Amino acid sequence: MARIVVDPVSRIEGHLRVEAEVDGGAVTQAWSSSTMFRGIELILRGRDPRDAWAFAQRICGVCTTVHAIASIRAVEKAIGAVPPSNARQLRNLIMAAQNVQDHVVHFYHLHALDWVDVVSALGADPAKTSSLAQSISDWPLSSTNYFAGVQDRIKTFVQRGQLGPFANGYWGHPAYRLPPEANLLAVAHYLEALEWQRRFIKIHAILGGKNPHLQSFLVGGMATPVDPDAQSSLNMETIAALDKLIADGIAFVSRVYVPDVLAIASFYKDWASIGAGIGNYMCYGEYPEEDGENARLFLPAGIIYGRDLTKIANVDQAKISEWVAHSWYDYSVGDDKGLNPYQGETKPHYTGPKPPYERLDVAQKYSWLKSPRYDGVPMEVGPLARTLVAYASGRPARVKELVDKALSTLGVGPEALFSTLGRIAARAIEAQILVESMDNWVRGLAENMGRHDYRIQDNSKWDPSSWPSDCAGAGFHEAPRGSLGHWVRIGNGTIVNYQCVVPSTWNAGPRDAAGHPGPYEAALVGTPVANPEQPLEILRTVHSFDPCMACGVHVVDTMKREVARVRVM
Amino acid sequence: MIAHSVTQELEDRGISRRDFLQFCTAMAVVLGFPDSAAQAIAAAIEGEPRPILIWLEFQDCAGNTESFLRATHPTVADLILDTISLNYHETLMAAAGSQAEAALAQTVRDNAGKYVVLVEGSIPTGADGAYCTIGGRSALQIAREVCGNAAATIAVGTCAAFGGIPAARPNPTGAVSVADAVPGVKNLINLPACPANAENITALIVYYMTLKRWPPLDLYRRPLFAYGKTIHDNCERRAQFDAGQYVESWGDEAHRHGYCLYKMGCKGPATSQNCPSIKWNEGTNWPVGCGHPCIGCAEPNFWDTMTPFYQRLPNVAGFNVGRWVDPVGLGLTGLVTAAVVVHGVSEVARRRAGTDQSESESK
Repeated sequence: MARIVVDPVSRIEGHLRVEAEVDGGAVTQAWSSSTMFRGIELILRGRDPRDAWAFAQRICGVCTTVHAIASIRAVEKAIGAVPPSNARQLRNLIMAAQNVQDHVVHFYHLHALDWVDVVSALGADPAKTSSLAQSISDWPLSSTNYFAGVQDRIKTFVQRGQLGPFANGYWGHPAYRLPPEANLLAVAHYLEALEWQRRFIKIHAILGGKNPHLQSFLVGGMATPVDPDAQSSLNMETIAALDKLIADGIAFVSRVYVPDVLAIASFYKDWASIGAGIGNYMCYGEYPEEDGENARLFLPAGIIYGRDLTKIANVDQAKISEWVAHSWYDYSVGDDKGLNPYQGETKPHYTGPKPPYERLDVAQKYSWLKSPRYDGVPMEVGPLARTLVAYASGRPARVKELVDKALSTLGVGPEALFSTLGRIAARAIEAQILVESMDNWVRGLAENMGRHDYRIQDNSKWDPSSWPSDCAGAGFHEAPRGSLGHWVRIGNGTIVNYQCVVPSTWNAGPRDAAGHPGPYEAALVGTPVANPEQPLEILRTVHSFDPCMACGVHVVDTMKREVARVRVM
Repeated sequence: MIAHSVTQELEDRGISRRDFLQFCTAMAVVLGFPDSAAQAIAAAIEGEPRPILIWLEFQDCAGNTESFLRATHPTVADLILDTISLNYHETLMAAAGSQAEAALAQTVRDNAGKYVVLVEGSIPTGADGAYCTIGGRSALQIAREVCGNAAATIAVGTCAAFGGIPAARPNPTGAVSVADAVPGVKNLINLPACPANAENITALIVYYMTLKRWPPLDLYRRPLFAYGKTIHDNCERRAQFDAGQYVESWGDEAHRHGYCLYKMGCKGPATSQNCPSIKWNEGTNWPVGCGHPCIGCAEPNFWDTMTPFYQRLPNVAGFNVGRWVDPVGLGLTGLVTAAVVVHGVSEVARRRAGTDQSESESK
């Protein structure tokens, strides 16, 4: 039996540590620990709720926008502001662009090197690479000369002797299984994706002034003016620019990203039965297609228990609770209890070893993440959860169509979705569905302009004197990495309490009081490890969730009911 | 190591010498150099060995890393990435765990006093450093070792430069800037903003490679080429400010036609950065261009001093700049700004005119 520590887990956002026990060539137990804490929710107390989105957005710069969205929705719910149609379309475009760009960057720049051996690409035959590329896609950059050029570029880089960020990779590891030609193809697309993401995210600059950390959000709407007859507004010139960038996005996702995922997956089909984990999946739903409350959502909400795709349960916020039995926080009610976000408490209390340390005591508290549970059980959230809920719901129909196509291309059944590979495939399919749907929201903006509807903001609720003296609200969003919720309580125009329950907290959280592992921890059990000194396979399963630790940690729960506050005192 | 010509490498990558010189000209513009500087930049990039870079992330959101990935002139930016040997960067590197830490240790050991370190995120001092650990070591321990042995340290983004959001009231983790975490750190340069603009990060690196010294800095150790003027000075809506044409309500006609956002809370008059000139995402747009006020993100403690964001400047707690719209107040502010700018320009001119002998302090 060997104890493996992977710290830092690189190619993620933030600071993650994984400890695992390996026996007989596979992981038998694993522990996920987040090792960074800032306390942004404490910092939000006492501030103007209209400013909260800017603070909350800084929880994460990779999935920028997501905490801003959840924040403005929570405050709007509390004060009763209703964003107009243009704001809804703008937000849908911003959210979809974030998901699409984030998924592409995750696959090529954060995850691909777990499957693609860069060094092997040096031995590829460019002509065969060209044939391979043309057999999976009609993407035009596929000539022998093109791949020979990429290969020369990598050779030059390697010959220089300074491998920079590629130094000390697990090159030559037996778990790498792609032929040299597929490796060269993937390396070429790694470089193309680096340029594509820069282009595509200009959508955010057009709609939000800049990326990362867009700056056009407002409680009650958006700050981006809409007027076809004004130079300083979104007008037909910008509509045309958006159209072009979206077309560019559809082309890259459907002709490069999705074919690459399927091609690479075909060499790693055993990973369709590895890394399933807990098998419960939750999605809050996203992309309102109507204005106002209870609008129909493009991606439906729902819960799937125990991998049973025949039933979808409703999501009830009251059933969410967070646990700190293995987290560096104290609860006044005792650390063996879970608390609903509305009764949550925050008292950071580090009890781990003093740094520098070699080993965490995982029998005690071992993470800055809490353990969220739904109705007492862990939930996996993210693209796979969204895709499964949509697939099982039968809408949007395009989800079932693309999932079935991918499954038949790989020659596997739906059970293959519950796996490390399933997460990767679901992310790619979701990117395609979202980038294809963006055009509808651009058309929505154009139609409003045609009706001379230029409203972007509910100005009736901008002045704090229009708010109730005491109010509370929750805002929900499906971020790239999964279900995100913010809760806010406002008293006399300032934030009394603020709380977030975040996708990477759901997925990366530690064991709960009953000892049940979180989704990462459960998914790692059974993951093969050929060489404990080079735990490449552990990275594959952890990266398949797309960890975002600055988001997950958190997330100080500061929401207290009066009764709880009394008890604390 | 095989000696390798950058020109050859450019050609290998399908980048013509003309494209390369265009890039150098663009860099010269960002840096505020005369046109003739482009040749000097080209000569410097072509002639020099590749400096080693280490990028550390502490209490961060990776927003500066993402910003860096958006650098313009993409093909040549790739070259610049390769031109620099980026030996450690948690978000981008292939290695993980002990292999990643080994790469860092070896780089520091073999290149002590020679590498440049970029730091993203603040550094917590509370709980014995346990609010941020990597490989079991605290951010504080890592920063002191890695920055302490560097030729220069660049604090990228407001968190590393000034403590940023983790240090905002009530600063639950005792977060501090690099300057405060590593007392006496050599050649520290702050590149604040939330996040720092990719263009300014690249320009700073090119500046160093071209001139073999670090640029003149302002009071807060920010390079004058990027922070020597206020947003307000360069704002495309300055004429509306001067004419008294203001946005009064979100989405009103004034808002749609690009009037001044001062009354909606714009912090441009109190914020030094070059956003209006270089903009963001390949010059596509910037916050004011998108109809939202500047929030002052390049200034120290802006989360506390520039909030509430939607209140106009005179009412911002801790920032008592006076009555902006009042002609007397405007005059005073103008004088202060002018003094900073004139000082900056003369500083640049002095250094530019100076010979190598006069530059010993930058070595």
